[in-house]
Amino acid sequence: MSALLSISGLKKSFGAVVVADDTSFDVAHGEAVGILGPNGAGKTSLFNLITGALGPDAGQIAFAGQDISNTSAARRCKLGIARSFQVPQPFGGMTVFENALVGAIEGAGLRGHEAEDHVLAVLEDTGLLPKANIRAGALSLLDRKRLEMARALAAKPKLLLLDEIAGGLTEAECTALIDTIKRVNANGTTIIWIEHVVHALLAVVERLIVIDFGKKIAEGAPKAIMESAEVKEIYLGVDPDV
Amino acid sequence: MNTVTRATPASRVAMIIAVLALIVLAAAPWWAGRADLRLLGEIFLYLSLACLWNLMAGYAGLVSVGQQAFVGFGGYMLFALAIFGGLHPIVAILLAGVLAGLISVPIAALIFRLKGAYFAIGTWVVAEVFRLTFAQISALGGGSGSSLPVDIVRSLADSRSGREALSYWLALGAAVTVITCVYLFLRSRRGLALTAIRDSEVAASGLGIDIWRTKLEVYVVTSAFTAVIGGLLFLQKLRISPDAAFSVNDWTAFVIFIVVIGGIGTLEGPIIGTILFFLLRETLADFGTIYLMVLGVVAIVVMLKAPKGVWGLVRDRYDLELFPLSYRVNTKPKGD
Repeated sequence: MSALLSISGLKKSFGAVVVADDTSFDVAHGEAVGILGPNGAGKTSLFNLITGALGPDAGQIAFAGQDISNTSAARRCKLGIARSFQVPQPFGGMTVFENALVGAIEGAGLRGHEAEDHVLAVLEDTGLLPKANIRAGALSLLDRKRLEMARALAAKPKLLLLDEIAGGLTEAECTALIDTIKRVNANGTTIIWIEHVVHALLAVVERLIVIDFGKKIAEGAPKAIMESAEVKEIYLGVDPDV
Repeated sequence: MNTVTRATPASRVAMIIAVLALIVLAAAPWWAGRADLRLLGEIFLYLSLACLWNLMAGYAGLVSVGQQAFVGFGGYMLFALAIFGGLHPIVAILLAGVLAGLISVPIAALIFRLKGAYFAIGTWVVAEVFRLTFAQISALGGGSGSSLPVDIVRSLADSRSGREALSYWLALGAAVTVITCVYLFLRSRRGLALTAIRDSEVAASGLGIDIWRTKLEVYVVTSAFTAVIGGLLFLQKLRISPDAAFSVNDWTAFVIFIVVIGGIGTLEGPIIGTILFFLLRETLADFGTIYLMVLGVVAIVVMLKAPKGVWGLVRDRYDLELFPLSYRVNTKPKGD
């Protein structure tokens, strides 16, 4: 499989704080990749760099064979990169339906009934259809997170970036979320998922990347990664020598 | 089967009332006195300015305190094009709008580099530059201004009452045109994008919206329309001077007051705000400067107690929408 997303030598720092330190990795078409790392490791910054919300200091990002390092965030979405925000960014004055419609029209380039039908299908998929007419500003945190995913899906992305969407869910809700993400992935959408709810992540992803202080410190099959000493150390605070 | 609709019962009723009100208002020259006609004309022009400022500040986030630049530019262009170009005043006003749209592009390139409060100050500086520039043009009367020559005024209509009726209809037509254009724009695909920008720029750009271009479009279009309104304002006054044309109080402070008390970022807000503003002004006009102090107090109270304005309160309470901008999903059980 050829790489859909290819990151090489990516660097970004804010003064002394390094959020991406010579990061390189590829994500293949149709793959589901998980990203792990402690708070402040640079996971969300990595998403900001991939989506174009941040510009890199150095390095390259290629998407579907095209260098997008200097492409605007809006253009990248039209090319097929959509994300959910860790801190939900709903269009508070618009209804849930309209929020997702923005993605369908602007991101996916759909028009009229085609856009409306696509949004209705996405809302049904994400369990938001009963709340379609509610103003997004009035949603609970949980529904805001659902809306983040719905809006990203409405943009018909080739690459979907999910930023901590499972936190705070009940067991049943989490299972439903996993099913949805698996279905999206099975339909051909490539997924990169940042998540602290590790069991949810492991249920979906085929590969894990671990980041700390902006540096990629491990990458590989989920099982091997979770058992590696480095990950245990940064994640569980276990001293590998003990 | 789920369906998506946009009109609501309230919006249908509002539409019928609006059409009836429009018919009554269009006939005003036959039922209103001279002073009332002038007042109504002024109200329509303020309503237009408020709708335009609301589109720019309330939706596109471009909080300008320098729209008097385009009001004054429109007024001066009317005088210049009519006096020196020999154009009919109405043609001159429309051309003033086109010219304002054109010069707003380089201005935007300059001031769009500024954010938030700096942008606001930048727009004000631009307006002052306009004022000082026009005060230097001696052909237009320099600092003391000039009047529209009698033969140009006569070219509008022969009788005084005919001119007053025409100027009233132009003001009414302008308000209807502005509201209709803003409504159709907000209802369109680009309006949906603009509303998204209003609520979250970071999410909007992440979903494929070109924020800079959308803001530029809004800025250029509002500037052009604002200049047309400026032309109409000074066609009513028949006299122009730099201080009157580029007055921050008259063309920006009052307009912001209207939009803020009515409800910023809504289409209904400026309409309600205009009605409230003129009610206050007409009842308090006899008290001199106290009138301005009362306006200030009202503005502060509204901002503290109801930041979404009067319309925001009504809308949140009754879930009303007079202009059918929203999409409503009607969910029906499957098999229906």
